[in-house]
Amino acid sequence: MKRTPLYEAHLRHGGRMVEFAGYALPLQYTSILEEHLAVRRGAGVFDVSHMGEFLIRGREALAFLQWATANDAAKLKVGRAQYSMLPNARGGVVDDIYLYRLGEEEYLMVVNAANIAKDFAHLKELSRGFAVELTDLSEETALLALQGPKAASLLQGLTDADLSQRKRNDVFSARVAGRPARLARTGYTGEDGFELFLAPEDAEAVFEALLEAGATPAGLGARDTLRLEAGFPLYGHELTDDTNPLCTPWAWVVKKEKDFHGKEAMLATPCAEKLVGLVLEAGIPREGYRVYSGDRAVGWVTSGGYSPLLEKGIALAYVEKEAQEPFFVEVRGRKAGASLSPLPFVPLK
Amino acid sequence: MDIPKDRFYTKTHEWALPEGDTVLVGITDYAQDALGDVVYVELPEVGRKVEKGEAVAVVESVKTASDIYAPVSGEVVEVNTALEKTPELINQDPYGEGWIFRIRPLDMGHLDDLLDAAGYQEVLESEG
Repeated sequence: MKRTPLYEAHLRHGGRMVEFAGYALPLQYTSILEEHLAVRRGAGVFDVSHMGEFLIRGREALAFLQWATANDAAKLKVGRAQYSMLPNARGGVVDDIYLYRLGEEEYLMVVNAANIAKDFAHLKELSRGFAVELTDLSEETALLALQGPKAASLLQGLTDADLSQRKRNDVFSARVAGRPARLARTGYTGEDGFELFLAPEDAEAVFEALLEAGATPAGLGARDTLRLEAGFPLYGHELTDDTNPLCTPWAWVVKKEKDFHGKEAMLATPCAEKLVGLVLEAGIPREGYRVYSGDRAVGWVTSGGYSPLLEKGIALAYVEKEAQEPFFVEVRGRKAGASLSPLPFVPLK
Repeated sequence: MDIPKDRFYTKTHEWALPEGDTVLVGITDYAQDALGDVVYVELPEVGRKVEKGEAVAVVESVKTASDIYAPVSGEVVEVNTALEKTPELINQDPYGEGWIFRIRPLDMGHLDDLLDAAGYQEVLESEG
């Protein structure tokens, strides 16, 4: 199992380590619920160093990214970031990614840890014929996510940057706790917050400084409950190589007016299913549970769990496109009533 | 991990406390710690006849669901309805307020087939 630069720090702070995408990472330190609520009400810090980072540079970097990604990369000014996807030739999703424009001809792409090798090979293949250079920086990049309504005020005490001048999706360089960092006002929790790209040797000092300043260390468990409550997809669950993103709530990412790899196949694939949010009357839905419309099985849960804010079971599920309420989720042989919910499941700023 | 000596245990991490002609059942400190935050408990119906080893209740934590098995055969005579509103009692007081159901065993003598505290300690050690 691989270790992130914070492995020893996680142990020191009582992290309960589990394997995720080949890395030893903390599932929780004290309690998933406490860590979840710390992020919703204060500030929590996650080690997301397992995520992949690719540097994309060159004269045709933008042209290449327009071809390789579904969102409109041309909209990105230097110092700005966007959520996007890498479509495959069939119009499915190789990965969902975040794209940061660092310079005129320089971009940083953050990808899911489990997909680093697949994504890099895919991008390398697609980049043939473009004047562009791809570099995998994943091994030499540590990444922390500081998230929550108090993230900005907490971080302001540790950095020389004026955070009040930085908007959501800005990316910029600054010092944090005296260490050089690239900061982005992005995250995966539905809260305000920052992601901090660091040299591996600086990660521990910055992590400790954030904790010292009052951030709660938060693990993978809370990361998952937070993203589910916020209605964000997790690759391998809501999005896969066979998912047409146009059949999901994240269809807005796909900009049909531009040309991109896999576009024709994507547009030609009809949506047999739709992705919906469900709130259960009782019980906790889990991945793979069947969803019914009345007596008829119409789909399955792709991500399920407990919402600490709603204090109810919530799920993202694929159901037949025409399926109507009343919905039920089969929870160990019993059918629990489930109502459709808009995403996010909870009101977020 | 706390393992009170006043009761019996199963390899599946339930405890069974004899009280008169009934047995109170819950999960051990080890089990609640491994599950993490308990957020939902599915209780059996009072009056249900259960076989030893049968899944009788379900404890759901944020991360997973876990079946709770009957430590002895008998009839469910009471359930801890406080868990419907406050499932976290299982985390806070697994051997007391966090009890789950009460069984009237077919034969109180069947309790002797279960582990004592020392035996359960060995199970935990073998699980590492």
